[in-house]
Amino acid sequence: MVTYIVRRLVTAALILLGASFLVYLLTAASGDPLAEFRASSAPNKQQLMDSRSALLDLETPAPLRYFKWLGGAAQCLVPFAGSCNLGKNIAGQPITDALGHALVQTLTLVTGATILAILVGITLGIITALRQYSTLDYGVTFMAFLFFSLPIFWVAVLLKEFGAIGFNNFLRNPEIPLPVAIGIGAVLGFVAMIVAGGDAKRRALTAGIVFAVVTAVLIYFSVTLWFRTPGFGPVVIAIAGVGLAFAVTLLTAGLRNRKALQSALIAVGAGVVAYFLIQPLLSQATFLMIVLLAIATVLIGTAIGYFVGGYDRGQSMRAAAITSFLMGFLIVLDRFMQAWPAYFSNGRVRGRPIATIGAGTPNIEGDFWILGLDSFTHLILPTTALVLISLAGYTRFTRASMLEIMNMDYIRTARAKGLSERTVVMRHAFRNALIPVATIVAFDIGGLIGGAVITETVFSVRGMGFLFLDGIQHVDPNPVMGVFVCVAITAMAFNLIADLAYSALDPRVRVKA
Amino acid sequence: MSQPSQQDEIVAEQGSLHRQQAAGIEPVIEARGLSQGQIVRKRFLGHSGAIVGLVVFAFIFIMAFTSVGYAGIPGWWKYSHEAVSPLVNGGAPTASLWPPAWGEHPFGQDRIGRDLFAMTMRGAQQSITIMVVIGLIAGLIGVIVGALSGYFRGWMEAILMRLTDVIIIVPALLLAAVMAQLAGRRDEGSWFASFASTNGVLALGIFLGLISWVGLARLMRGEFLSLREREFVDAARISGASNARIIFKHILPNAVGVLIVNVTLTMSAAILTETALSYLGVGVKSPDTSLGLLISQNQEAFSTRPWLFWFPGLFIVLICLSINFIGDGLRDAFDPRQKKFNAKKAREVSSPLAPEKIPATVKDGTAEDGTVSGDNRGG
Repeated sequence: MVTYIVRRLVTAALILLGASFLVYLLTAASGDPLAEFRASSAPNKQQLMDSRSALLDLETPAPLRYFKWLGGAAQCLVPFAGSCNLGKNIAGQPITDALGHALVQTLTLVTGATILAILVGITLGIITALRQYSTLDYGVTFMAFLFFSLPIFWVAVLLKEFGAIGFNNFLRNPEIPLPVAIGIGAVLGFVAMIVAGGDAKRRALTAGIVFAVVTAVLIYFSVTLWFRTPGFGPVVIAIAGVGLAFAVTLLTAGLRNRKALQSALIAVGAGVVAYFLIQPLLSQATFLMIVLLAIATVLIGTAIGYFVGGYDRGQSMRAAAITSFLMGFLIVLDRFMQAWPAYFSNGRVRGRPIATIGAGTPNIEGDFWILGLDSFTHLILPTTALVLISLAGYTRFTRASMLEIMNMDYIRTARAKGLSERTVVMRHAFRNALIPVATIVAFDIGGLIGGAVITETVFSVRGMGFLFLDGIQHVDPNPVMGVFVCVAITAMAFNLIADLAYSALDPRVRVKA
Repeated sequence: MSQPSQQDEIVAEQGSLHRQQAAGIEPVIEARGLSQGQIVRKRFLGHSGAIVGLVVFAFIFIMAFTSVGYAGIPGWWKYSHEAVSPLVNGGAPTASLWPPAWGEHPFGQDRIGRDLFAMTMRGAQQSITIMVVIGLIAGLIGVIVGALSGYFRGWMEAILMRLTDVIIIVPALLLAAVMAQLAGRRDEGSWFASFASTNGVLALGIFLGLISWVGLARLMRGEFLSLREREFVDAARISGASNARIIFKHILPNAVGVLIVNVTLTMSAAILTETALSYLGVGVKSPDTSLGLLISQNQEAFSTRPWLFWFPGLFIVLICLSINFIGDGLRDAFDPRQKKFNAKKAREVSSPLAPEKIPATVKDGTAEDGTVSGDNRGG
């Protein structure tokens, strides 16, 4: 095992050396760094050209410059020396600083999108595999192919037009006309009918209920101008919590396990009580506090499950912990909504909250909630675009993997033992279907920080992609090399992790030591 | 609970003959006496999504290449993508679904009066050309590299696979920028610049093909690694077949399913790559046009002339979608383990007479499933 890892690391280092040499030469050969001065008619043209030549060290041939760069970069390998030198860009900023900023920007952009895409994609993949060749399956498959074929810049422009400009115009006067409310209700009812499954009566009933509820809620929103002053309030949180408790118990333990259901419901009760207790604390929230509260919430949930017990204590604990985490999420969401009117009327936002470009409103001031809402309104469009186009891959892959597992003999054995369908799907099939999915997830995380160049361009986020493109445009190898090295190292590291994870998860696959 | 009698067993066997659909697995339609090609063709033609994709793609292909002409041959459409004509009705599209009408400028005109239908068709031509060129070049190089490294192993594999690794991590965007720069130097008169300035899109296609073979090479290597251990390869070798004969006559036909499916997928990805590069300004350059370039040029005008944005995007999506569906159909057609599993049926099957029996599938590892990640393990 250790031999294997060491061998992989050595190979990776050699590949990185070769590839970085290639990238450096290519960047240096990709254009004329002095082109912008040659065309200019400035009186100090020669001086400008000289200073740029000196800055980029153009007198030295590119292959030699590479080794100079490598000498600086090699210092990054010395731990704790702090003498990391990746050169400077043409504005004179050290690349290490620029990379730090860009990395933060890119990670805030892609992290949420990736997590959402993975969660939704896997869920859809499993459901479509369980209902193969149903209307739902055909619908999701078609959507997956459609999203897969969408150019992201096209999606992005559409989202900007309808998601941001359209929605902001709507917020100016958030009234939903009755026909629109009925229309949305009908569409969602139709979707619910497809998703519901079962016989015709059950489908029609689901569609009717969803249609009635959605239309009523939309009319209520319109009358109370809910989109101006959104919020749940304790009653909605309690009702939603009970629903969540049932859903979570159904998935983790099955409704037959009364003790698990009890502990989930107790967790909901505790959540509603906590809603009132915690409000003053939340007014002074910081990011760290939210994280600590989340951990505390999960611990409390686990404790509830432990004390309720039952014949399978683990199941109760899991059900209660997940339920209380979701309750905590609802409470935080509610608090964000409470801050919405303040954000909406903020002088910098001026009533047009959904932003089309950038990663934050410049010079905005406010507490944790206002700033959180600000990043949310800036992230929502690029995140939606990224989720849409990366969803398809996960859905198709999970579906294929799940279908293969459902044909296995041990699934038939499990059914033959008389296990409930929930146990068969959640315990025997789901876990094994995730093994191949885990590998592509690791691959994707490796390619994450370099993979959003176009999204960053369209939404003007100054992340890694921006740094890279900017470097290419100015024929400046240093930023290009900085981005390349970061991207390549993460990609290779996660490649290795993917292989190791596969052999750890699936005992049939062993790495050759 | 008595032991089943002889009689019961016979009944059970007879039952099994009639109920091969045990546990929700429908039998694979494998008529006797069909060659593998015939089976694949039959499965592919039975895949409605793939057929629709094929029809749509053929329609776009014919329309794109006949309307504005190709390689100097004039087409039936009266405008070309460069010709400027006076604005009709502010440039709005004249085509309408009901009453069905085509009009003077069916997709509208841009700001200076160029016909958008001609430009879109030209862009679709470019995309399809690039796609085919990429598919051919990537397929060819991928097969050669994958076959050599998978079959001969040893130092050949080591060198070729390390080369693949290097090319995989060099960003395509950078290479495209370098190529755009080289092609842009028309004044220097090098052979490359003169070639690129006359066949801009072809040069881009060749270039993208030269870097997008890597995924295919890895897959083909995986195929060759598993196939070269099979008995029929040993048999061929003992009968004195040369390496070339084993590779081309014995192994390659067995790997052709994986190859075709993945070339299709590479091609659909290539269209998006081309549009993205053109959008970023390093792909197809003005005055020539491409679908990505059209969107990039017109995205600012979305509120005033939305059609300039809709039609090119629609064609990108249509081409890519149809290729994806064709690829999906091919994958299903080439997968010999294809079984139709149905969870609902599996639950409904409760007859004790129906023995749990999987219908015999073709046990013929021609297509070890082409998962992207399963090929480079343990290397």
